[in-house]
Amino acid sequence: MSSQTTSLGNLMARATGRTQGSSSAGHTLSLGRQLLLQAMLLVIAFTVLFPLLWVVSLALDPRNISRPTTLQLIPPGASLQAFQSVIAQPTVNKISFLGLALNSLKLAGGTAFGSLLIGVLAAYSFSRFRFRGREALMLGVVTVLMLPAIAALPALYVLLNRFQVVDVVTHKIIFNLRDSLWGVGFAMISGMLPFAIWNLKGFLDTIPKELEEAAIIDGANANQVFIQIVLPLAVPALAVTGFLGFMSGWTEFAVSWQFLNNVQDHTLMMELYNMIGQYAGNTPWSKFAAMSILVSLPVSIVYLALQRYIVGGLTIGGVKG
Amino acid sequence: MATIPLERAANAERPGLWSRATKSGTPYFYLLPAAIVMGIITFYPLGFQVWMSFTNYGLANLRLNAPPPTFVGLDNYIKILTNDLPLQNFNFLNMLSFNLFWTFSNVIFHLVLGILIAVILNTDGLWGKGIYRAIFILPIVVPQIIIAAVWLNMYDPDYGAINQLLAFCGHFIGLSSALFHIRWIDQIDPPIPGVPLTLSYFALLITNIWLGWPFMTIVATGALQSIPKDLYEAADIDGASGSQQFMNITLPLLRPAMVPAAVLGIITTFNLFSLIYFLSAGGPLHATEILLTQAYRLVNENQLYGVAAAFCVYIFFILLALTLIINRVTRATESYDV
Repeated sequence: MSSQTTSLGNLMARATGRTQGSSSAGHTLSLGRQLLLQAMLLVIAFTVLFPLLWVVSLALDPRNISRPTTLQLIPPGASLQAFQSVIAQPTVNKISFLGLALNSLKLAGGTAFGSLLIGVLAAYSFSRFRFRGREALMLGVVTVLMLPAIAALPALYVLLNRFQVVDVVTHKIIFNLRDSLWGVGFAMISGMLPFAIWNLKGFLDTIPKELEEAAIIDGANANQVFIQIVLPLAVPALAVTGFLGFMSGWTEFAVSWQFLNNVQDHTLMMELYNMIGQYAGNTPWSKFAAMSILVSLPVSIVYLALQRYIVGGLTIGGVKG
Repeated sequence: MATIPLERAANAERPGLWSRATKSGTPYFYLLPAAIVMGIITFYPLGFQVWMSFTNYGLANLRLNAPPPTFVGLDNYIKILTNDLPLQNFNFLNMLSFNLFWTFSNVIFHLVLGILIAVILNTDGLWGKGIYRAIFILPIVVPQIIIAAVWLNMYDPDYGAINQLLAFCGHFIGLSSALFHIRWIDQIDPPIPGVPLTLSYFALLITNIWLGWPFMTIVATGALQSIPKDLYEAADIDGASGSQQFMNITLPLLRPAMVPAAVLGIITTFNLFSLIYFLSAGGPLHATEILLTQAYRLVNENQLYGVAAAFCVYIFFILLALTLIINRVTRATESYDV
């Protein structure tokens, strides 16, 4: 075991060029080592990209095959036809891509906004005040922190199903909270809020209190301090927590699949599952691939832009635990 | 670290803020929305779930004005533990051990690969760092249902990319390509005799390694960049070898960032519903079922809401115990404060 770890360390040291006395200034990587590392990284990048490029290739392929026959990113006769047909109507269900995207957007936006708005208030309170019951309340948040929404699904399903509006004459159900995006949103916020509180508290703990204390000496009250000093400083953490909430709503499947019966309420993930899952008919792979790209691209770009903050935010929240 | 609060306490302004704010009830005012919302949609359902778990709540009790379910005491809990449910191949303890083994076998790969690749990426003067970093985060952002669909296709016994790749490699050492019709997802017999792990476990493991190391690399990269270069220079002067530097500088200084990342990884992998549900669907014969996918099936397919509630109460306590143990272990091995 120890010899293994040593050789691992050697490999890493060689990789980073630290075995030789590295002078602080003009330290350059020798060409041989550069090429060796590039070769390793290219192999890794290839394994990462292979499944994803496959999706791109399938989306462009007009032949509706289930797997690329050759290693060609742009297949012969490539066309954007699959994208057109997906945008018009993704599956046999009578809902357009725009309708699905709008439902997903409502769910993701609602989850992000709801958990953020309520979460930052609680985080401020936990981070800045010492009050009776603080420890007990924080313990309550921590206990449900790692509990996924599915672990409360039986109760949420039964409870939300009780909020029905029934037409007195025809006995038809006009509105069922469980069978609506609102119900799914409540379940999502229930899972997301503890994380939002905890992550934001972790970030607020790292903001030095001197600014706030100076403001208090100048006569500001707690609300002014919160709105004019703490909130502007917390914008990066708010952006990251909001984005993670958005992502969890955007990629949510289990709760909406269980709750929603009405096709008009379906989300992107549900229809993606309808294309490949056990109830899938013969959905062309090109349509699935095209839809996958349309679903992933926007969030990927935002993630790329926020990457630095996301990692910083997550690790700070964790370390301060 | 520990001296800061003392200095702060001596500060004259501070008690003023606390007492004034506390008297006016401000902290409670800020907590109120969260308390109400969590009370209604988190804690009340959890409490209700405990009540449900003592009943035979089923489809018949779901309608409005339906009769209340019958109280069955600890029946659901006992039935789950004694595998006495109307489900095929249900074994609670096997599922729990599989879930734990699944979690730790994955996270170890994520950590080792993640740190290794982060160290390579952190090399001074490496070309194209930014491009590699951008590529490497892609698995994190793509929804797991898409990843599962693509990999399921790649594991296809006849035409899948994995078997074709293996056949291509096997060709060089003289193996017939007929050997490589490996049924990655459906084969029931475990590939290694005596080890109760199906091929679908290994398929899931490979996919989740692909999915999971980039997160660790991102965290480790951030931590590596904050290690002062002087430390390595000083070690060079003292004649420390590369592996000594890695073991005595890099790893210890990575630790504060990697421990929370590993904890997050353990919890996420333990609860990795999407990938398993979409890739192997818990199969074959529920061999790769984790607690969360089983809980979902109890609600979604079997409609045994009372049993599902008891099952979720078990999940709650297992997760709680897991978190407490991880916390204890990470604190006990904490050798210094950074």
